[in-house]
Amino acid sequence: MRHLMSPLDFSVDELERLFNLANDIEKNREKYAHACDGKTLATCFYEPSTRTRLSFEAAMLNLGGNVLGFSDASNSSAAKGESVSDTIRVISCYSDICAMRHPKEGAPMVAATKSLIPVINAGDGGHQHPTQTLTDLLTIRSLKGSLSNYTIGLCGDLKFGRTVHSLIRALLRYEGIKFIFISPEELRIPDYIISELNDKGVEYTEVTSLDEVIGSLDILYMTRVQKERFFNEEDYVRLKDFYILTKEKMSMAKENMMVLHPLPRVNEISVEVDDDPRAAYFKQAQYGVYVRMALILSLLNLAPEVLTQD
Amino acid sequence: MLNVGKIEEGFVLDHIKAGQSLDIYHKLNLDKLDCTVAIIKNAKSNKMGKKDILKVECPVELLDLDVLGFIDHNITVNVIKNGERVDKKFLHLPKEVKNVIRCKNPRCITSIEQELPHIFVLADETKEVYRCKYCEEKATNRL
Repeated sequence: MRHLMSPLDFSVDELERLFNLANDIEKNREKYAHACDGKTLATCFYEPSTRTRLSFEAAMLNLGGNVLGFSDASNSSAAKGESVSDTIRVISCYSDICAMRHPKEGAPMVAATKSLIPVINAGDGGHQHPTQTLTDLLTIRSLKGSLSNYTIGLCGDLKFGRTVHSLIRALLRYEGIKFIFISPEELRIPDYIISELNDKGVEYTEVTSLDEVIGSLDILYMTRVQKERFFNEEDYVRLKDFYILTKEKMSMAKENMMVLHPLPRVNEISVEVDDDPRAAYFKQAQYGVYVRMALILSLLNLAPEVLTQD
Repeated sequence: MLNVGKIEEGFVLDHIKAGQSLDIYHKLNLDKLDCTVAIIKNAKSNKMGKKDILKVECPVELLDLDVLGFIDHNITVNVIKNGERVDKKFLHLPKEVKNVIRCKNPRCITSIEQELPHIFVLADETKEVYRCKYCEEKATNRL
């Protein structure tokens, strides 16, 4: 039985097959409308996340399956002190697959070790968010044609931004990727990621000014400074509006640059940018549903060609 | 010069960094064993200047080489039988250690799930980096 804890759990070949499946789903929605008849997805969300949870639920409902779960730890047995290990053992009796989000890093991995059903990490603290990464990769691949040979600018909270960490590690497996990290000093990319880039000989630059580098980017990945990652309110207030992508800044970018954002967006992308054809963040949300549909099918072994089963 | 007598059966841990012997004594759970232990601190060493030594009179199987390798793989392990050294064991960095150190990341699942073992995995052998199995936080110290 396979789980998804990190984007690196799947080989590049497996990802290729997963993305092909997602693209087929995109083109032939009806073909998959009953693929998960009689199957149930449990969404165990120990911290609120409307977007990811609804994306998972939409994915399962589009496949004809059912959904159950909780959307806040206070509504769950965790509030009574139940461990993740116990919860997943029980959830395994009620459902066929589980998507888990937890504020504590490594919680879905603990669940996977005790689970009788496939577990998908739907975000664990500041650690990993693999389905967002799969979404990002599918969006780039679908709209730009491949996953190689790009200069990618990652902008905003690069310290606590798990989507950024996951995406970088996933992209390290593709040829010709160059990173430009754009962040305030306090939210710089962690040393262990830098160390991985150095070990692999991947080219990267760290800057604080978006204007300075926007013209050289093929892809700009904007992130939100997340309040919940700060222990100190003062730091959050100081850093939250450090970068704002405006129409004016977009005028300095390449004509085919793609703007991605894991959403929800707050102030970091001005709404005036939404109509720019290079703004791909709402398409990205749609690809998020397709990739989750492909993932559910694959982990349930209903698309046996995608993943190598252990 | 202080003289500590020979042991009949057990092991002598030599070339311990000065000042670490007592911590190693606890990490190896020697405080829980009913055996004779000599802790020698700040002994003279040509190689290290000063070093600590642990002499333990107990069956050698009770020694956890993985824990010792994790703490400091440069420690020399001399195995003693009938009062003589019969073997010298070389330590290596173990692939994984369980409940030797605790994860200090307040966001790690181990901070709330009390029964979970604290597992650290060797992430980079060259740089001797261990990371928490769950949250990937780097181990900052070995003792």
